[in-house]
Amino acid sequence: MSVKLTSRQVGDVTVIDASGRITLGEGASAFRDAIRDLAAKGHKKLLLNLADVSYIDSSGIGEMVSGFTTVTNNGGQLKLLGLSKRVKDLLQITKLYTVFEVYDDEAEAIRSFR
Amino acid sequence: MPWRPRSKMEKIQTTLDSNLQSVDKAEELALREAEKLGFDEDEQHQIGMAVRECTVNAVVHGNRYNKNKKIHLEIERADSSLTVIIGDEGEGFDFNALPDPLSPENLLRQSGRGLLLARAFMDDFDLHARPGGGTEVRLVKNLPQS
Repeated sequence: MSVKLTSRQVGDVTVIDASGRITLGEGASAFRDAIRDLAAKGHKKLLLNLADVSYIDSSGIGEMVSGFTTVTNNGGQLKLLGLSKRVKDLLQITKLYTVFEVYDDEAEAIRSFR
Repeated sequence: MPWRPRSKMEKIQTTLDSNLQSVDKAEELALREAEKLGFDEDEQHQIGMAVRECTVNAVVHGNRYNKNKKIHLEIERADSSLTVIIGDEGEGFDFNALPDPLSPENLLRQSGRGLLLARAFMDDFDLHARPGGGTEVRLVKNLPQS
């Protein structure tokens, strides 16, 4: 299963719910397009919910970083929610935990944007 | 420690086309052998991801999706370890010239983390020129001592 992405508004925060696999090819492309599309439409507070993502490879991580850069360069913020232990391990190995703000609780993550 | 089945050495050798379907195939074959050997779920995940990352490199950076070039895959299952060798027919590259993905100036680069992950997930990692041209990576994962 490739990635499935849906977005919803919680106040002024756009939550992107992702599920499936974010890997090189269709999954990573869909992920990139979704974040760029939201950034282009002026969404500046993005919360990426990865709770239902079963697998991310280095291409998927690369797209997360690219999305972070795109949103930040537009004056916005991209934060992460609901990481599995495996995804947390990837952020540790790649030192990206120093780049991303990561939350386990959605309400807390939403409040952090204010 | 959980009981782990022991099996005699077995070797799989195959060639794959230079496309992303081959990445899935290589991962699938490695996962099948890892499960047979008795690696647990997390260990299987690590092996699968290491094989995936190295096969992506072989397809994308080595063979550059060239239909006339093949990926050479060997999987050797011994009593207490799994060895996976992935080779391409590309032009090779200077391994020492690869940017360090952990350097602060490289942290926000979009790519360049695949080999870092493969190295982190396996017990032995060796990248070298492939005899006859191209690049070859040798990955070894040992079963934890019971």
